[in-house]
Amino acid sequence: MTISALRKASPIAPASVERPATIEITRISKSYGALEVLNDCSMSIRKGEAVVVCGPSGSGKSTLLKCVNGLETFQSGSIVVDGVSVGDRNTDLTRLRSRIGMVFQHFELYPHLSVLENITLAQVKVLRRSKTEASEKGMTLLRRVGLGDKAGCHPAQLSGGQQQRVAIARALAMDPIAMLFDEPTSALDPEMIKDVLEVMTELARDGMTMMVVTHEMGFARHVADRVVFMDDGRILEDAPSSVFFAQPSTERARIFLSKILRQ
Amino acid sequence: MSYRWDWSVLVSEPYLGWLLAGLGWTLLVAGAAWVLALAVGVTVGVLRTLPNRAARTLGTAYVETFRNIPLLLQLFVWYFVLPELLPAPIGNWIKRELPLPEYWTAVIGLGLFTAARVAEQTRAGIQAIGRGQTLAAAASGLTLAQSYRYILLPIAARNVLPPLTSEFLNVVKNSSLALTIGLLELTGQSRQIESATFHGIEAFTAATLTYVVLTTAVILVLRAVERLVAIPGLMARA
Repeated sequence: MTISALRKASPIAPASVERPATIEITRISKSYGALEVLNDCSMSIRKGEAVVVCGPSGSGKSTLLKCVNGLETFQSGSIVVDGVSVGDRNTDLTRLRSRIGMVFQHFELYPHLSVLENITLAQVKVLRRSKTEASEKGMTLLRRVGLGDKAGCHPAQLSGGQQQRVAIARALAMDPIAMLFDEPTSALDPEMIKDVLEVMTELARDGMTMMVVTHEMGFARHVADRVVFMDDGRILEDAPSSVFFAQPSTERARIFLSKILRQ
Repeated sequence: MSYRWDWSVLVSEPYLGWLLAGLGWTLLVAGAAWVLALAVGVTVGVLRTLPNRAARTLGTAYVETFRNIPLLLQLFVWYFVLPELLPAPIGNWIKRELPLPEYWTAVIGLGLFTAARVAEQTRAGIQAIGRGQTLAAAASGLTLAQSYRYILLPIAARNVLPPLTSEFLNVVKNSSLALTIGLLELTGQSRQIESATFHGIEAFTAATLTYVVLTTAVILVLRAVERLVAIPGLMARA
């Protein structure tokens, strides 16, 4: 099954009509004591959109991302994912998380399980799929990320780029309504970055809803629909990627871009 | 030295039978205490890593209680003191009706003492895994219990196999303290033989060698287990 097939009957709306927001972040603030990590952040990601969140280290972008599936808590504001409020005490967070895929900087594959077992575990234990069904789905996804021959390997036997692609397959196996990427290429060698970005690009083209924290400006420019720029816990810019790269509206973003693009 | 060596006492009746009986009790005490220590120790170790503060406090209280009192004293408390502190019917039942009171006291005393040490190793084994695995498990929708069952504990078990092996050896050797509450395990039987024959050196040598054989067997078996569960590509095969 391909990703596009997983996306059930999304109403094909003209570009001018607002599609429903899959992720709606409204005035989120978070602090550790006196240290403000997130300050009044609002943004939304509509169904099928790929949004890159960028900014200097320590700007709060990873924290904001982790708030979306409740891995981080926040003190004020609200986050609604597909109509479900993340911060609500009555929300079944476990169930919500099972519907949101997440990819980590350091892959976080389960080292004691084979590649295929990594992908089937949550399908079987959370979604209650049969082992056969989960394995079939796992194999399809592994082939999709170019690792069909690695099913029986253990994570430590794979390169970083291969591990990250397995991690993406693991997240996709849950048929997520959205995917969160937390600096997915930051721990990879340059050669491997390309393989991972290709998989992510294909996902975006297939219409997956994506929130991507990354320093990969090529991906932001060519694949993302929008770019959100953060600094010091605030969202300073939120613009279509062509606009963001052509004429950033804040001085801070201009400096950031000039530094990061010079490389 | 005018010691009259006579190794033949070790293979003559009834002393050979005594030694074998002692070996049997040592195996029974160490085996049962180890099962108890693993069950209680893993539970307490997990408690110490949970997000819930009350659970952590409970786990810490257990560990600090049982590892800070000498094992010998704990055995005395279980055997001599506890029956007096309990309500009379229960205390009397322990004193009069409980079959094999020395055995069960030794198992419980040794098991609960060792559990505190197993708990610390379990905690260390879990905490060594790093937060990323827990986050990944949570992000995929696994409950906390599921993430312990399928991810944290299987990894932690592999992490702590080497120190757990040492702990198992300690259980085998510490079981000798059971002689102080009257259980004639291997060391206790050796003393019996010394009293009866005045050939203590032979008897204790036999006991020593038996312990060495026992602990070597434990080491070999657990090394094989280590190799069996080693994670491909990650853990060096011992």
